[in-house]
Amino acid sequence: MLDLQGYGPSIFSGAIVTIQLAILSVAIAFILGLLGAVAKQSDNRAARTIATLYTTIIRGVPDLVLMMLIFFGGQIAFNSFTEWLYYASDEKIDIFININEFVAGVVTIGFIFGAYMTETFRGAFMAVDHGQIEAGKAYGMTKLQVFKRIMFPQMMRHALPGIGNNWQVLLKTTALVSVIGLADMVRLATEAAKSTGEPFLFFIPVAGVYLALTAITEWGFAVLKKRYSVGTVEA
Amino acid sequence: MDALLALIDANKIFNLTTLAHYWDGLLMTVQLVFMSLLIGLIVSVPLAIMRTSKNRLINYPVWLFTYVFRGTPLLIQLYMIYYGVTLINGIQDSVFWVIFERAYYPCLIAFVLNTAAYTTEIFRGAIEATPKGEIEAAKAYGMNWFKRTTRIVLPSAFRRAIPAYSNEVIFMLHASAIASTVTIIDLTGAARDIYARYYAPFESFLFVAAIYLCITFTIIFIFKKLENRLLAHLQPR
Repeated sequence: MLDLQGYGPSIFSGAIVTIQLAILSVAIAFILGLLGAVAKQSDNRAARTIATLYTTIIRGVPDLVLMMLIFFGGQIAFNSFTEWLYYASDEKIDIFININEFVAGVVTIGFIFGAYMTETFRGAFMAVDHGQIEAGKAYGMTKLQVFKRIMFPQMMRHALPGIGNNWQVLLKTTALVSVIGLADMVRLATEAAKSTGEPFLFFIPVAGVYLALTAITEWGFAVLKKRYSVGTVEA
Repeated sequence: MDALLALIDANKIFNLTTLAHYWDGLLMTVQLVFMSLLIGLIVSVPLAIMRTSKNRLINYPVWLFTYVFRGTPLLIQLYMIYYGVTLINGIQDSVFWVIFERAYYPCLIAFVLNTAAYTTEIFRGAIEATPKGEIEAAKAYGMNWFKRTTRIVLPSAFRRAIPAYSNEVIFMLHASAIASTVTIIDLTGAARDIYARYYAPFESFLFVAAIYLCITFTIIFIFKKLENRLLAHLQPR
């Protein structure tokens, strides 16, 4: 393994943090995206409004600002909530939880990309033939069954390119957590660069890891695309 | 007006000093984004033409440039330029040090390179989508490559690129927030200062979030108008 003046192992552990962060937050984004897309299609007006507000506001504000808001503000909000709980429960419930950087990072990135995923899934849901849903209902399937058996498998084919794009952007956005203090690859490389005075020695390998991750996942999405396109003919 | 001033006076965080700080931040953000988009746009046009070339020697370096700059985080690119430029031998004694002493120019260079990479790919897509018949017609008129490109290919490619380019503009606005990580006081930098001073994360960050939202909507509005005008022939009647 690369030694990098002794910083190699530390930066490698940072790379693991980056990968964990990306995978966990994309999972959250995926679930939020599905929920958001369903809410946007629903007959319930409140659900539609909330989903629209969510996607509009999140996509209109820089990731870094949201990240700082959630990271710095989250702790204060959480503290005042537990304080309120403490007094409301006659001083019985006394909890103090320190929100760590990793959790804040995962939640924030997941929350931000949930908005982008919502738009991706919404478009994909609309691409599924409406007759198919009616056919499912005619078979007596419940709403959940229609979703699981008919909507989801077909929708994924249309959503995959969008998910792929979102994933690539998300992967690069994880670099921002270094700003709020999480010891990811970028932060460790920055510290190493500052103390040794050799930025290129550390930033070029880190950039290489991002490029490699991008290339590997590109290939992964090509495989997935094949799987979800079974039974369709390329135009 | 007096009522407004009284309101500002009564407010602990949003007083005239901090509002002025936000205003300076806004100017910095707008200036950075505008300059990097403008220079990036100018650079990307020849790059996109090179990228569509069939000659590998011309095509391949541009592909590599866009692949690397689109495949790595802008934050790393910024750090590399910001921390790396000080390493160039003797730069601190040369005339260039005036330029690179502050974070502004390294930041501008990073942003320009990044947006140029994305814009090049947007234009490449638009150029490749040129209908074959149009190019054949131009050839039949006896136009040479230069005339074909400047008269037929580029004008229509620019129009086709508008929707994708509007996304790039918004992306750049949002990406510009990371300028605050290299000591530049842009909108986000101003919010961080005010957060640090009053320990008021909600007030300081929600306020800039609202400003960013307004700028985003303005950009979307302008591009909608532009599309209505320039892409009128593609609108459903």
